[in-house]
Amino acid sequence: MARFGMVIDTAKCVGCMDCVVACKTENNVPEGFNRDWITTEVHGTFPTVQMEIRSERCNQCATPPCVYSCPTGASHVHDVGGIVLVTKEECIGCKACIASCPYDARFIHPEGYADKCTFCIHRVEAGMDPACVAVCPTHCMHFGDLDDPNSPVSKLLASRKHHSLMPEAGTQPSIFYLT
Amino acid sequence: MNVISRRRFLKISGVTAGVAAAGAGVLKGSQLLSSSDVMKSQGMQRIPTFCDICFWKCGAIATVKDGKLWKIEGNPEDPLSRGRLCPRGTGGIGAHFDPDRLRAPLIRRNDRGKEEWVEVTWDEALDFIAVKMQAIKKSYGPESIAFFSHGIGGNFFKHTLKAFGTPNISAPSFAQCRGPRDVGFRLTFGEDVSSPERTDISNAQCLVLMGSHLGENMHNTQVQEFAEGVGKGATIIVVDPRFSVAASKAKHYLPIKPGTDLALLLAWMNVIVKEELYDKEYVKRYGFGFEQFAASLAEYTPAWAYVETGIEPERIVETAREMARFKPSTLVHPGRHVTWYGDDTQRSRAIALLNALLGSWGRKGGFYTPASMDVPAYPYPDYPKPVRGKVDNPDHRYPFAHETITNGIREATITGKPYPVKGWFVYATNLLHALPNEEETIHAIQNLDLLVVIDVIPSEIAGWADVVLPESVYLERHDDLNVEWFREPFIGLRQPVVESPHDQKPNWWMAKRLAEKLGLGHFYPWKTIEEYFEQRLSAGGYSLETLKKQGIIRGAKQPIYFDEGVPAEFPTPSGKIEFFSLQLAQAGFDPVPRYTRPPAGPPGSFRLLYGRAPVHSFSRTQSNRILSDMMDENEVWINADIVRRYGLKDGEYIRLKNQDNVISNRIKVKATERIRPECVYMVHGFGHTAKGLKHPFMKGASDAQLLTRYSVDPLMGGTGMNVNFVTIEPEATHG
Ligand code: SF4
Repeated sequence: MARFGMVIDTAKCVGCMDCVVACKTENNVPEGFNRDWITTEVHGTFPTVQMEIRSERCNQCATPPCVYSCPTGASHVHDVGGIVLVTKEECIGCKACIASCPYDARFIHPEGYADKCTFCIHRVEAGMDPACVAVCPTHCMHFGDLDDPNSPVSKLLASRKHHSLMPEAGTQPSIFYLT
Repeated sequence: MNVISRRRFLKISGVTAGVAAAGAGVLKGSQLLSSSDVMKSQGMQRIPTFCDICFWKCGAIATVKDGKLWKIEGNPEDPLSRGRLCPRGTGGIGAHFDPDRLRAPLIRRNDRGKEEWVEVTWDEALDFIAVKMQAIKKSYGPESIAFFSHGIGGNFFKHTLKAFGTPNISAPSFAQCRGPRDVGFRLTFGEDVSSPERTDISNAQCLVLMGSHLGENMHNTQVQEFAEGVGKGATIIVVDPRFSVAASKAKHYLPIKPGTDLALLLAWMNVIVKEELYDKEYVKRYGFGFEQFAASLAEYTPAWAYVETGIEPERIVETAREMARFKPSTLVHPGRHVTWYGDDTQRSRAIALLNALLGSWGRKGGFYTPASMDVPAYPYPDYPKPVRGKVDNPDHRYPFAHETITNGIREATITGKPYPVKGWFVYATNLLHALPNEEETIHAIQNLDLLVVIDVIPSEIAGWADVVLPESVYLERHDDLNVEWFREPFIGLRQPVVESPHDQKPNWWMAKRLAEKLGLGHFYPWKTIEEYFEQRLSAGGYSLETLKKQGIIRGAKQPIYFDEGVPAEFPTPSGKIEFFSLQLAQAGFDPVPRYTRPPAGPPGSFRLLYGRAPVHSFSRTQSNRILSDMMDENEVWINADIVRRYGLKDGEYIRLKNQDNVISNRIKVKATERIRPECVYMVHGFGHTAKGLKHPFMKGASDAQLLTRYSVDPLMGGTGMNVNFVTIEPEATHG
């Protein structure tokens, strides 16, 4: 079984938001909302400063609280790659998933359903990378099968230092940040 | 394949390597429709074109789904985008959908600047303009019309206005941006850095950025190569009063005092010369006047520079050695927007000289020699020879300006000297945000008999126009061919992807129509723009059909380094790299760069610095709803300690007041550890005041409004703009 994930190289990322823009056009994300975003973490005092810039989105958790909290089953784990998806027709917009997500990855679409990153499943199933990965001018984002030890993402994780976001939340995120 | 290198081209045609002016044919609506297959489309179509959100001109492919523009992506065949657009380019479709767009030709019906208009037909607008132009010509001569332009879209109006007889063709990209750099490099190597810059970033083993904020400044190929360098572990040295994104990737970050870069450059060269770390063979072979230059550096020790720059002497020595270690693959980046302090040409010359010491000009990892395809200009009739010379630079008081000085035209328009300027055409540049000192620009406008603004959005300058001509956005029009000088040569085509939503027209259509109304129809000997393309392309041996299908035609790779056989030629007076410049000495300037401390601001004030965000281009994209969703207003960066001392909070609104008591629109405080305490910083392009820009209206503050002072570069007339100071005004007092 494949488990799709992303490995993002923070050493290369410049935080330009191209990933956010590409997601927006690819998925027609409505004005006022975005499915991914940039976080900039600054430590230290001028001029001794360290900074990590991250492209963030739904972590496509292997233990997804949003799916467990969904009363209708609209939020579910897709059988391809373990991607967490929302069936909008089944969603009643109750926001339980939004409350349960530690990453604040979801929002209510103006049409009334919970919306978030899909790892561009429509592209992935057609053999392409998600739009954010494909657009990145710095080539800092990588997409692939975390369960395949020979995939480029697994190799990057094996060879470079990395972390994920809030591992203590027990969600088992599928997105990793190289440092 | 016909490919020529820049050097050969320079020899053939002198130094006027500009793109040939272009003409256009009249396309009736129906022809325009049939000119692009997509117009009839159902389902999905992918049409290649090139981007226009900035001037980089990345090759792109737009996808239209069920007749509606869906997305735009990089064209993998394009050497500039390498298949990936920058965030602005990706969000470019927002320009087509922008509800704030200009829709129909407008003629002013109240005082200038009141933004009150009558909608007119294209014939009415162009007749009005033609009559005014003829009247100006009759009373003052054709030279009394000036043109301000930005980007490739200006080529057609340039052609019409040259045919009309004016030599006053300008662009703010010279005197408000890259001019000092190009002059400084010309004085040293005899050639420009040009655009796209001939910087070999991807092969640089050591990259030095001086205030150049790659990653925030998104010139696509530069950023891609920068990230490549980071990935390969290149040694990066960043000099900036602000801890930029690039600084966060650097091995050495030097938090310099603003305005003192030249002191650091001189000290670096002092170390490199004193420790004999320079490329001796290169300098001996290609250098002129090295001994005098070397002697002039003696006083500029690292200890001296410490006092000026705030950078410890050990760090200056360490970074100088680091640069030397990787020579000649050390690239001291020349930057792009370099009009900072008024001594910018000399600072740029110091950057050129440092590169010369490292032997990086013409070498891998330094500066390559670009090549271009041979696509001849359209064989137009000769332009009439203007009776009077250009108005911007009387008596060559700025002797090294090789392009027209926009602020020189503005001054002449105010003073009427050396002769009156009575008409301005402004294409795709928001002059009120591009030139410093708005008041002078408005004063000049009041002296005009005609101000025509051609643009896609109702910018601030459009608000002052007599006639506004609404242009189709790049996704709806053809433009001139992009015959690019680059690492590898190529031709790019811009072609319509979708129709214009209202009564907007392409610039070439307007320019040709206007020429006909002026009795200059013979300057447009062809009927359709495709005929124009066909003529030029076939003269070069290329096919329009192929170009339409691919968007890009690539030439064969050429040698681009001296080591690959590019002749090491330096078209300077000595034919060598001029460490000591006799032509500068003869014109009364320092033949080697010398440092003068920049004047300090009033006590209690902060130096105002400005720059770019990756999601906006100048003041031209804030109404693009995709890009405004990324960044809707700017913030003022203030050192966190200062914010505390002023009792302010992060995210709180304040206003800035400059030394001339100009008060900005309200702007949010960004309390940050990423900037020195004596300066503040904001992203350029916000704080719009044009009524028609409904979405970005009064969001954030305009740096341009606060730039009332500027320091003119005596060599080339550029306007140094980092010479303004502001104080912090709590917002409550202005409620
Ligand atoms: S750099 Fe960005 S905005 Fe400029 S042409 Fe390229 S994609 Fe377009």
